Amino acid sequence: MPSYVNPNKCDGCKALDRPACHYICPNDLMHLDKEQGKSINIEPDLCWECYACVKTCPQSAIDIRAYADIAPMGASITPLRGTDSIMWTVKFRDGQIKRFKLPIRTTPWGSIVPFEGMPDPTLDDLKGQELCQQAQFLGVPDLPQPALVVRSS
Amino acid sequence: MVEPTTEVVECDVLIVGGGMAGCGAAYEAAYWARSKGLRVVLTEKGAIERSGAVAMGLSAINCYMGMKHGENQPEDFVRYVRQDLMGLSREDLVYDIARHVDSTVHMFEEWGLPFFKNEDGRYKREGKWQVMIHGESYKPIVAEAAKKAVGEGNLYERVFTSHLLKDAKDPNRIAGAIGFSVREPKIYIFKAKAVICAAGGAAGVFRPHSVGEGLGRIWYAPWNTGSVYKLMGEAGAQMSQFEHRLVVARMKDGYGPVGMWFLLFKAVLKNALGEKVEDKWAHLLKDWEPYGGQKPIPTPLRNHQLLQDFIAGGGPHYLRTDEALQKMFDSVGHDKKKVRDIESDAWEDFLDMTMSQALLWASENIDPAKTPSEIVLTEPYLMGSHAAATGAWVSGPEDIAPPEYFWGYNRMTTVNGLFAAGDGVSGSAHKFSSGSYTEGRFAGKAAVQYVSDNPDDCNVEQDRIEEIKKDLWKPFEVYDKGSSGSTQPDVNPNYLVPKQALHRLQKIADEYAAGISSQYLTNGKMLERGLEMLDLLKADLQKQGAADLHDNLRCWEVWDRVWCLEAHMRHMMFREETRWPGYYYRSDFPKLDEENWKCFVNSTYDVDTKKFTMEKKPYIQVVS
Repeated sequence: MPSYVNPNKCDGCKALDRPACHYICPNDLMHLDKEQGKSINIEPDLCWECYACVKTCPQSAIDIRAYADIAPMGASITPLRGTDSIMWTVKFRDGQIKRFKLPIRTTPWGSIVPFEGMPDPTLDDLKGQELCQQAQFLGVPDLPQPALVVRSS
Repeated sequence: MVEPTTEVVECDVLIVGGGMAGCGAAYEAAYWARSKGLRVVLTEKGAIERSGAVAMGLSAINCYMGMKHGENQPEDFVRYVRQDLMGLSREDLVYDIARHVDSTVHMFEEWGLPFFKNEDGRYKREGKWQVMIHGESYKPIVAEAAKKAVGEGNLYERVFTSHLLKDAKDPNRIAGAIGFSVREPKIYIFKAKAVICAAGGAAGVFRPHSVGEGLGRIWYAPWNTGSVYKLMGEAGAQMSQFEHRLVVARMKDGYGPVGMWFLLFKAVLKNALGEKVEDKWAHLLKDWEPYGGQKPIPTPLRNHQLLQDFIAGGGPHYLRTDEALQKMFDSVGHDKKKVRDIESDAWEDFLDMTMSQALLWASENIDPAKTPSEIVLTEPYLMGSHAAATGAWVSGPEDIAPPEYFWGYNRMTTVNGLFAAGDGVSGSAHKFSSGSYTEGRFAGKAAVQYVSDNPDDCNVEQDRIEEIKKDLWKPFEVYDKGSSGSTQPDVNPNYLVPKQALHRLQKIADEYAAGISSQYLTNGKMLERGLEMLDLLKADLQKQGAADLHDNLRCWEVWDRVWCLEAHMRHMMFREETRWPGYYYRSDFPKLDEENWKCFVNSTYDVDTKKFTMEKKPYIQVVS
């Protein structure tokens, strides 16, 4: 269901190095149209409607128009993504509105500290099956071993 | 197009692809690399914050044991996977994921991924193996950890990896990879002592249900073009089970997930006459013993029942969301707040991971409590992380793998120093997001171990690099030379635009390789004819034309998919039985043949002769 850009809202992310949608689109669809100075979905038929561009746009200039081959016209779903939750507004074809506020993260963005509390590994630790932070996160004291029943086919 | 510049990146461990498996590999490799001060580099064709199959988000983690509460043990999971795959799984690999996966899931929670919880504090279960999450930001959270672990300077985004590089002196050793930027005219040469191939499985090989603008409305991510297979296959890594494709029953057109509806909401799949498909066609299962008689019914057999009911005139089929929700509303005494919570969970399932389904409901004014949703079988996909098993043949873990399945390093392919994870590994199905991440962690650690044991620098023949560089820019050359041949850029006798090449590929796949238009049916002669047509397409792909970097990306993605389709067809041709009805049928060998085919099918591709060599590998039961 392809994304499209509202030209009255898009400013081509002039204040940034590159348009935010251009940075994020997983399928390299969102490009800056240099003549217009605005973003454009250059290949709508390869859009997955993942909403990555819609969520990231600082001007709320991007929306999704449901695929024309399957969807009757007139509905929309609109995200407003904050730091700890996202608010979705679902507008039905008949005008009915539903809103859903859903959590997205329980910790501040940027707060992950990789390998926190872990000593640097030694070469001996490289052998064996233990993964980093296993003692902290596995939830059981010992890594399970199967009661081996190996049979040839 | 201007001539590209070249940047050479030297590292110890190179990770290709920054999805779930790649991020797991990056995190784990970066930790173990500290033992020797090694450099770990991650390259990705998108931006890892939203790349791979989980880019859009997820509403559940489908692989979690819950060992700390004694909910499941790894052995239970192996038995489940064995049954769902109609007997054929690499039980050493599956067990390995099962025994480690809880640590991955608990780590995600620590990092900030929100989980649904029961009153006792345990994760809320959607099914025996599944837990429910608020997963809109699943990928950005996982990406944050990977970025910090390897360091921003070791992350190369918007670089499409096209080929792996081999060592000049040892033809069975990996030496790096080559690719191009999709942002500037620049070729990257990564020199590495170990490479972890963690890119995505193959969507978009088969012609989809949708038409026109809906080409991208497929179930699996359209940017997963099968590069994980083409990269490793062309490097000579042995592939396994490439015939073992995936077809799933999903909500029609929007491809909304059905797991929560079936498992948690207990919704029932009924035909247009109101009959329960599973009951009406229960008698079909006896043709597929020993798997047909056991529970749960394997995914392909459930597909088989649905398909047979459709052929018998039972369509359209409906997931009775209406009946399921009304029962749930009854069970809470129609308490307004509780009804609202149930409704919110139902919508969140889509809003977290398949927004198009929510939009389709809104477009059709569907209230799931009143109106059921249509269910269809999807077009086929090639992937190793779901209820299917395409991928590389890899070594298992030293303490579990039988000798036939072990050659030195966990998750190493048959090419020394080349590791795989996620969709790229065959035989360890049902790993999903958490298991793919966990498998990436195995590969990350093992790759560091490999480099520690094999510290010598690799060498790549400069001639080979120059040859690939020339190939990478050829679509621009073809386009520049030929563009004056027509006033219409898309219709020109001098070149083929990548979108048209994609359509041609999808048509061959659909019509000859058991796509939706033949209801997943093929035979040896159909496959032979399809391969003839594929040969012509491969020759014409030399004439793909690219006007810009985006086009060039698409040209090379077509090559990925073409390689995958050929491997898939050759595997289907070699396996003379029908093992997964509902995924595909060999009409010339319509039955399960346990005596001759309870084994893996492996293939090795020779990049010089362009030939596949097929062989059988034994299935070895590891868990009772």
